[in-house]
Amino acid sequence: MDLTIFLQQLINGISLGSLYGLVAIGYTMVYGILRLINFAHGDLLMFAAYVAIYSIALFSLPWYISFPVAILATGLMGILLDRAAYKPLRNAPRISLLISAIGASFLLENLAVVIIGGVPKAFPRPPLFDKVIVFMGLHVQVLTIYTPLVTLILLAGLLYIIFKTKVGKAMRAASKDFETTRLMGINLDRIIAVTFLLGSSLAAAGGIMWAMKYPQVNPFMGIFPGIKAFVAAVLGGIGNIIGAVIGGFVLGLGEILIVAFVPELAQYRDAFAFVILILVLLFRPTGIMGEPMTN
Amino acid sequence: MRKTSVLAVLALLGVFLLGIPGLGMAQDVVKLGAFLPMTGGVAAYGDMEWSGIQIAHDMEPTVLGKKIDVVLVDTKSDKIEAANAVSLLVEKEKVAGILGEAISGNSMAGNPISEAAKIPSVSPTATNPLVTQGKMFAFRACFIDPFQGEVAARFAWNELKAKTAALIIDQAQDYCVGLANYFEKEFVKLGGKIVSKTYIQTGDQDFSAQLSAVQAAKPDIIYAPNYYTEDALLAKQARDLGIKLPILTGDGAQDETLIKVGGASVENMYFTGHFHKQAATTERAREYIKRYEEKYKKEAGAFDALGADAYFLMVDAIKRAGSTDGAKIREALADTKNFQGVSGTITMGEGGNPIKSMVINKVEGGKFVYVTTVNP
Repeated sequence: MDLTIFLQQLINGISLGSLYGLVAIGYTMVYGILRLINFAHGDLLMFAAYVAIYSIALFSLPWYISFPVAILATGLMGILLDRAAYKPLRNAPRISLLISAIGASFLLENLAVVIIGGVPKAFPRPPLFDKVIVFMGLHVQVLTIYTPLVTLILLAGLLYIIFKTKVGKAMRAASKDFETTRLMGINLDRIIAVTFLLGSSLAAAGGIMWAMKYPQVNPFMGIFPGIKAFVAAVLGGIGNIIGAVIGGFVLGLGEILIVAFVPELAQYRDAFAFVILILVLLFRPTGIMGEPMTN
Repeated sequence: MRKTSVLAVLALLGVFLLGIPGLGMAQDVVKLGAFLPMTGGVAAYGDMEWSGIQIAHDMEPTVLGKKIDVVLVDTKSDKIEAANAVSLLVEKEKVAGILGEAISGNSMAGNPISEAAKIPSVSPTATNPLVTQGKMFAFRACFIDPFQGEVAARFAWNELKAKTAALIIDQAQDYCVGLANYFEKEFVKLGGKIVSKTYIQTGDQDFSAQLSAVQAAKPDIIYAPNYYTEDALLAKQARDLGIKLPILTGDGAQDETLIKVGGASVENMYFTGHFHKQAATTERAREYIKRYEEKYKKEAGAFDALGADAYFLMVDAIKRAGSTDGAKIREALADTKNFQGVSGTITMGEGGNPIKSMVINKVEGGKFVYVTTVNP
């Protein structure tokens, strides 16, 4: 393999990894605060992509309006999801919540099939994001540059909210103990709503970037990113936001490079993600950035 | 007084009930079943084939003096769901014949069940040879992949002047794996060389690693005999990576979703396909295209035309059999000769596989354009 091809594959890997990371941030944040694996996270991503398509196609809004609209709508959808599927189970065993999350995921997917239909729709890529930069024989789609930037900016923003604001303090408190948080006079339901608003908005940002990179939107498009983001989150240490981004990069680069070096293994590419997941769970159950279990 | 009015109401009700087909005269309906992918990865095929079947039903709504009723079951583009769908059609709906599935893998999952129940089935577009192989009751309305792969290889060699080719194969689909093999066999026989062979999987969205590997091998063309969902994204990412090689593919990619999603990236993509309205010759095709375009306000395409042909073949067989008995319909289907279908003249050959011509199409100006016809 010559250097150009290797660098090209590296770029492919960073591009894919930053997408995984972006989707994983929201996934891991909701888990970190509520100890809930939100299986519907991937479907919120699909929801955002459809809202963006319709606001561009039906109302002919420019992308810089339709994307925020999609993010906001998905954030509200996240709150609704919490109210409908998770809030009634707040004091139930965790397994009930998990099952409810899986149910919510199926509901959203099938609702989309009934309302919109199963035939994929094309995502209109705005011209700004439709350029290819050619540099020393390398082809870099501009999204490859924007996606890691968006991921890092959102990561910084989220870290700021969690560690520097009052709401963030309350969120961190809630992550330790619901009861005590309530006793401290914090409105727990409001804090959880904020958590879902943030988590779902992040899913929406991921969904839009995903749909621009792979411009084919269908009701089941969220499953694949959802699973990969889950692996990335576990890899990075579930609940740890920085870990999720690192996990995303490791997974993305790993998937691409395994195909790059051993093309015959391309058929085992997805297996690679799950082998990593199993190895992490066996040898370092708390992930790359997770605290050791004994702590 | 009161009694008579009650009787009158009952009598009226009786007349009313008898007037509703399927309620009062259940025995006067011929039930056909369709199992098609209405959702999931290949939903567009199901959608198109079902629209074609409906037009065909409008054109020939009755057989043996009875109304035809077509029951649709969604297979969700999934093999297990496809098998379940056929069970449902056979056991619960008790259909006389089955139309479907659209793709080979799902047909192969469903056919053993209709075979065991001795119910004849006609798949509109499942092209893999294994779909009908060793089966008495399985038929199809399309050509099969050995012919398709051969034509594609000859077209690549003669018309596109390719000496080397890269294969990108969806390993989750019997259709794609089979077609790639037939292409390779013929291409190598002609003197060509396969310089790269990489695999993808249905549902994958990122193909950048595979494409960069193809780029490194420097082939003259890419043969990617996959379904439109994967091929649209594949073409898009290939152009993003600066790969300008011609892409050749099979009938499975020829759906308008490919153009909608792929946009400029799929321009000049070549297909071996079933049908192009410009190449339509039969009287039935003219009537069909007129009705289709009136109802759906879009161009008639390969998948809807084949959906219609599957229906016409089945109805024609029931007519000639003069019965809805599975074994008799089967005999009539196997005896189909010079049937004037929408997609051309169909004669049922060995093992339920029709002998018919193939068209080569390409994308030009955001449309499927007819290039040429190849006869068997």
